[in-house]
Amino acid sequence: MNAQNGNAGGAKSRLPERQETIAGEENHVSRLVFSGISKNFGAIQALSDVSLSIEPGEVLGLMGDNGAGKSTLVKIIAGNFRPSTGELSIDGKSVVFHKPIDAQREGVEMVYQDLALADNLSAASNVFLGREPLRRFGPIRYIDFKRMNTVSANLFKQLKSETRPRQLVRRMSGGQRQAVAIARTLLSEPKIVMMDEPTAAISVRQVAEVLDLIRRLRDRGISVILISHRMPDIFSVSDNIAVLRRGRLVCRKPAGASSPEEVTGLITGAIDAA
Amino acid sequence: MTTLDDIINNSRHDSWFARLKNLQVFWVFIAAVLACLALSLMTDAFTSDRNLFNVARNFAFVAVIAIGMTAVIASGGIDLSVGSSVVLSAMVISVAMASGMGFWLSAGLALGAALLIGLFNGILIAYAGMPAFVVTLGSLSAARSLAMVLSDNKMIWEFGPDHDLLLWIGGGSTLGLPHPLYVLCVLAVVMSLVFRWTRWGQHLFAIGGNENAAVLAGIPVRRLKVSIYMFSAMTAGLAGILMAGWLGSVTTNLGQGMELTVIAAAVIGGANLAGGEGNALGAVVGALLIEVIRNSLILLGISTFWQGMFIGTFIIVAVAFDRFRNMRR
Repeated sequence: MNAQNGNAGGAKSRLPERQETIAGEENHVSRLVFSGISKNFGAIQALSDVSLSIEPGEVLGLMGDNGAGKSTLVKIIAGNFRPSTGELSIDGKSVVFHKPIDAQREGVEMVYQDLALADNLSAASNVFLGREPLRRFGPIRYIDFKRMNTVSANLFKQLKSETRPRQLVRRMSGGQRQAVAIARTLLSEPKIVMMDEPTAAISVRQVAEVLDLIRRLRDRGISVILISHRMPDIFSVSDNIAVLRRGRLVCRKPAGASSPEEVTGLITGAIDAA
Repeated sequence: MTTLDDIINNSRHDSWFARLKNLQVFWVFIAAVLACLALSLMTDAFTSDRNLFNVARNFAFVAVIAIGMTAVIASGGIDLSVGSSVVLSAMVISVAMASGMGFWLSAGLALGAALLIGLFNGILIAYAGMPAFVVTLGSLSAARSLAMVLSDNKMIWEFGPDHDLLLWIGGGSTLGLPHPLYVLCVLAVVMSLVFRWTRWGQHLFAIGGNENAAVLAGIPVRRLKVSIYMFSAMTAGLAGILMAGWLGSVTTNLGQGMELTVIAAAVIGGANLAGGEGNALGAVVGALLIEVIRNSLILLGISTFWQGMFIGTFIIVAVAFDRFRNMRR
């Protein structure tokens, strides 16, 4: 494996890659690679030696009990924390994030559990919040609402969501809000989208809607890291699953090769590792 | 198959009239017009040029500050210190002018003093994370006290070489309209556009709607908050300068209790104390309605003691009305 990398892309990937290369693709570089990531907060070891990789267009279901280290892992990718040891690389390039904005620049977007939307503004305003396009009129610069509405309508259309750009978020269903939050991430052409419990507080019908949104992201070649406690959601949409227990990665395998029962066992510790 | 254009066109699902009906400011405006009509039928004095001139001038002071207050309230805050910023600004300009300084320099100093109050409020609220109510309650007390110290609590009625200019600016009129009304019109138009079309305005409403979302979106929330409180203080300072010219004399009880009238005007005009809503036009209409109520009570010979009752009722009715409309939806 090392020899292969050395031959084909010595300049591109200097990092040891810990995943199987796809047959026939010599230059294969994973979207995101963690190597030996550990994080401790004082005496508390939140993550120990986690190595993981994610491919473009892969949905990874990340599971674990409360305190297993899921949030810490996600926050390291999102640039909120720096790992104590270990390395992170995106598309074969080693990256160090000091602030969330650094991660955003490398194409990492996060959809927060509470969605972080301003209820009093329109869908389009929320999609563009903080990144409003401006137009010039002499010395005056004003927001280009027309462009915001067109681009947002386009994004909602791609997501096959019925959200209207001018609709106030306050009057939206949970699924539509989720679409707004996801459209927000798409604005910057992200490589990796992380979603924290996107299906936690919405109705059954809307869950299906959100899972469809995740599939659309995947179809665009975006890597999705999905954190959820809801086993059926994870298994219906994930390509692979990863389970953390007490800061250690105890399982990483295709969703098809596992089962909700096995994952439950892994989360609780009834099964040691798989 | 729906095209992109269809989606955009469908999104304009309300007609302009339906949208208008949904605005609190529309109904408050109707109420103000009805009150004016009733008054002009009941008393001849209301439509006299002199009375209309007075109404227009008196409400302009409150309306100017109510626009600043609307910005603060829409961002989810409150500014109780505006009445004291008014007196501080008026006192700074009168003391400076009485000492022989020109109008423009003195006006600059007065606005500077008001902006410092706003800066102080903004920094404590945004960076120290203190509640806006408490901080501005403190500066309400402190700023008036500063004005007293500055003037030794005396009345000032001589404004040095530019005396006449100050009186003309605050109390004069051009083309039959009082000057404060011009200031108000310019401010209202500019701020309506700023609230709607600039990032500053958009982000202000985002903070009022969900401050956490604004932070996560990378908006410089703290800096923005400081600028909002400075803007509110600036409108108070502007009103202070105009009021000094209008009254022709400044005492330290100028603007006492004005913050409550201003907040009432903003709230009647549709500003939501929970944040996220409000508009400049609403603040103006709210201030107008309060002045019309006040004026009508005097003209109809009703004791001014009833004033508070009417204004208080109106605040509650306006907000209750808004609430019922939202519940129906």
